Amino acid sequence: MKFTEQHEWLKPEGDEITVGITEHAANELGDIVFIELPEVGTTVAKDDEIVVIESVKAASDITAPVDGEITAVNDAIVDEPGKVNEDAMGEAWFFRIKPSDPSQMDDYMDEDAYKTFIG
Amino acid sequence: MSELRKTPLHALHVELGAKMVPFAGYEMPVQFKLGVMKEHQHTRGKAGLFDVSHMGQVILRHEGGYAPVAQAMETLVPVSLLGLGEKRQRYGFFTDSSGGILDDLMMTNRGDHMLVVVNAACKEADIAHMKAGLEGIEVAEQRDRALLALQGPAAEEVLEPVAPGCDIMKFLDTGIFNSDFGELWVSRSGYTGEDGYEISVHATHAEALARHLLAHEAVEPIGLGARDSLRLEGGLCLYGHDIDTDTSPVEAGLAWAIQKARRRGGAREGGFPGADRILSELEEGTARLRVGLSPEGRAPMREDTPLFANDEGGEPVGRITSGAFGPTVGAPVAMGYVPAELSRPGSRLFGELRGKRLPVRVTELPFVPTNFKR
Repeated sequence: MKFTEQHEWLKPEGDEITVGITEHAANELGDIVFIELPEVGTTVAKDDEIVVIESVKAASDITAPVDGEITAVNDAIVDEPGKVNEDAMGEAWFFRIKPSDPSQMDDYMDEDAYKTFIG
Repeated sequence: MSELRKTPLHALHVELGAKMVPFAGYEMPVQFKLGVMKEHQHTRGKAGLFDVSHMGQVILRHEGGYAPVAQAMETLVPVSLLGLGEKRQRYGFFTDSSGGILDDLMMTNRGDHMLVVVNAACKEADIAHMKAGLEGIEVAEQRDRALLALQGPAAEEVLEPVAPGCDIMKFLDTGIFNSDFGELWVSRSGYTGEDGYEISVHATHAEALARHLLAHEAVEPIGLGARDSLRLEGGLCLYGHDIDTDTSPVEAGLAWAIQKARRRGGAREGGFPGADRILSELEEGTARLRVGLSPEGRAPMREDTPLFANDEGGEPVGRITSGAFGPTVGAPVAMGYVPAELSRPGSRLFGELRGKRLPVRVTELPFVPTNFKR
């Protein structure tokens, strides 16, 4: 599993990557009350803002970690955004993306590096 | 940047695991371990303890007693203070010469003097304003006192053993109680829409009192995050957001706080800053009004979200001044200013969020029925 500086976790599964936010990010955001996900089939570029998360405190964005196509989204967290606070690293994944250039994954941190990053 | 001030409960907040943030020059708890959502719900369901010691507590005195203080204060606020009964508290606001609001405050008739409580962010300016505007009145900030708010349906049973007799107080009654924590200045009021008390306590006893109240199983410590969502659901204004020098009390829907005696034809008509504008607005209405707003989707619409009359084109007709997710409502809630013709409950406008215009409906305030002990 890899991690971005924007506190996303990236889990390669076959030729797709499942993306969510880390438990650390969920704790920092506080109670999450609204999530907007991209549409399945959308082609996105790395760094595009494709997810909106609103917590009781503020709104924030999640960007696409790589170029590619959105192949699935987790509607369950749209219906119940609080699931992200309960199980950020598991059930409450956000979307799956099929990267057009898998080598873009190489830039991201492994778990140890992420732990150092968040201190 | 100058160092942040600390309230007498600062160490306790840190011990309880609060997330501390800068607020109005103080380091204050924004949330405790429960988190904003649960803290909000706990306050509505049982009782929440808030540290509001950053607010200014000011005593106004004159050798002639309460009446000359009230008379002088009536030149700064459009509220009937000579008509305020002993041990009663009243809400009001300082106005400026153009009819805007300098701050909102609570005022209490304490028999031979007046106690006022003002917002933290405005307190230096408010004190200077009173010193300059109240001739012959002693203006004394009570810097050695803390202020706690105990809010929620269980507040009465929690405070009664500490301040016996506080149970018979009604909304906006006040009293002075001798307790194990020194002299407590108690008012049956608050800013959550719930029943409850504000308790002024000497700084030396503040932590012991807070610990005592928190030891009750019904009480949890609550941060500023939940205080904000509670007051928003209660339809209550936050100074600097919903009201400021650009909004008049009538535009803000606060005309109820201006008693008959201060209006046209009243016994003490006008005589406060901005009276010309405010008195004529009371009779003729205003072009815009503060209203409650319910976004139709799930996305919260926050402060400064522009409001439009139509789903495309045109200039903004209004703006959101407070907006968040309402944990008790279970949906986003907001307040903002809209043109008078669009201010009736049920009117539909559009808030622009991330480039999209989403429908929002004017809603009666408060969003959650108040639970005051009348």
